[in-house]
Amino acid sequence: MSQKDMVSLNYRVNAEDFAKAGDASSNTKKVLKKLGIPSDITRRAAVVTYEAEMNLIIHSNGGEIIVNIDTTKIQIIARDFGPGIPDIDKAMQKGYSTASDHVREMGFGAGMGLPNMKRCSDEFEIESKKGEGTTVTSIIHIPD
Amino acid sequence: MGDYFHSVVLSEDSCKGCTHCIKRCPTEAIRVRDGNASIIGERCIDCGECIRVCPYHAQKAVTDDLEKIKKYKYKIALVPPALHGQFDTNVGLGKILKAVEMLGFDEVFDISPYCDIASAIIKKHYLQEKKITRPAIYSDCPVIIRIIQLRYPDLLENVIPMVSPMEIAARLIKTDIVERKNFRQGDIGVFYLTPCPARVTSVRVLIGISLPYTDGLISIRKVFAHLSKNLRELQSLEKVEGYEFSGRGLKWGTIGGQSHSIGIKNYLAVDGIENVINILEELELGKIRDMEFLEAYACTGGCVGGPLLVENAFVAKTRIKHLAATTPSPKLIGKEKVEKYIETGLFNWTEKIKPKKMVSLDPNIGKAIQKMEKAEEILKKLPGIDCGSCGAPTCRALAEDIVNGRAREVDCIFRLKEIISRMDRG
Repeated sequence: MSQKDMVSLNYRVNAEDFAKAGDASSNTKKVLKKLGIPSDITRRAAVVTYEAEMNLIIHSNGGEIIVNIDTTKIQIIARDFGPGIPDIDKAMQKGYSTASDHVREMGFGAGMGLPNMKRCSDEFEIESKKGEGTTVTSIIHIPD
Repeated sequence: MGDYFHSVVLSEDSCKGCTHCIKRCPTEAIRVRDGNASIIGERCIDCGECIRVCPYHAQKAVTDDLEKIKKYKYKIALVPPALHGQFDTNVGLGKILKAVEMLGFDEVFDISPYCDIASAIIKKHYLQEKKITRPAIYSDCPVIIRIIQLRYPDLLENVIPMVSPMEIAARLIKTDIVERKNFRQGDIGVFYLTPCPARVTSVRVLIGISLPYTDGLISIRKVFAHLSKNLRELQSLEKVEGYEFSGRGLKWGTIGGQSHSIGIKNYLAVDGIENVINILEELELGKIRDMEFLEAYACTGGCVGGPLLVENAFVAKTRIKHLAATTPSPKLIGKEKVEKYIETGLFNWTEKIKPKKMVSLDPNIGKAIQKMEKAEEILKKLPGIDCGSCGAPTCRALAEDIVNGRAREVDCIFRLKEIISRMDRG
């Protein structure tokens, strides 16, 4: 088959829209299972998508998640419209969070989001510009 | 026995080809083709939802006939707590067991004391220290293990590798009778009065064990009239004694009862297949971190909601609660005995449970991706209202069936209408 065969999923995620929390990850998981992707890979991709979704809901002004799947990898891109991460190193520390008390009361904002995403990824990258936005890219390889 | 034996089957004569079952099946395992529903074996988890919702009673459960007990020299019946919920609480537990005995059994045992053995082993062995990944899952409901194996294989490490109370009872009783009555094991037939079809599958397509000690399962619904008649004959008796019960063990018949009798505070008790799927989704994502134990049942209310029962599940639940509260409970077995059971391995799973592969669009990932792209294209042309008229539960399911050659675009009446009106315009 040709390399360009790819399934592409696109989810719009609005700020503070907890009603839709988990939709992107559960749908992504369904698709991966239908494609016959091994279960441990599927679970890791679902965790990355879920954490990305929650980050967009809790911290961003809204954004989108794009999941590209081909025979060799799953690429998950979470892109938002700001406000940007002031200190990426700090944000990557386990337990560090800027989430409000209100969000923490709902059981979120434990400061595990980004570290969890990194742990589940084979390749992981954050680009952020204060005032403009953040793009987090995660790649999970599919073994032959 | 094939890998895809199921106890839920369809009687074609009664099926009207309506859409009740296809819409309610939690694994999208049913399609209506040529006016008849058919079950896709590899997807079915035997939850029995289709039996429950079929207005024509076309979906049936394969259970054993009472005749089958005659094959054995010594006949044993096992009575689950769910049976007690089928009768007025004034009847009394002893009379219910006697009525079962009158069906033609040599001895009848209540499962409740054996539920206590399971409770003790879970509490004193598996939940002590870190013997199992939390939340530990022990399911008396075979559907749950089936669905974990099929859809959430990563959670298999949370599952307590121990047989159900039904099998615990069958194992202890058979071993005891071999000693006590000098029968060979093959002479003894152990029959369980089942509230559901999933239990039947559990002794045919084995999970975690290679040899079941339970020889047959008899549908409670099928013998209900006979039992009622027997109970009327027993009416004049004051009380029937000679059987053992445990109030604590009786709780296992309803949701939450397992956790209660084990005595765990941090537990999740989830009933209803949709709710179970939601909680397993969250567990798989690692979203639930502070729970010790999960008990889950496919049926609403737990086993009292089984599709092979007669009484309303909520009525039965209240009755069992009452019986559990008014029946004395013997002391749980001690840690020493628990460890002895673990050592002898009598109740342990002996087979490693392998994850079952979910049905994918194609065994080859590359081809599956191509098929999904094609299905997406087809899906754009479908109305997206998931009406079910084509025989598939959703428009997406139809699109996927089409790419695999199991359906055609004109199966969709909306597409058909479009095509005809285009032809009409010439």
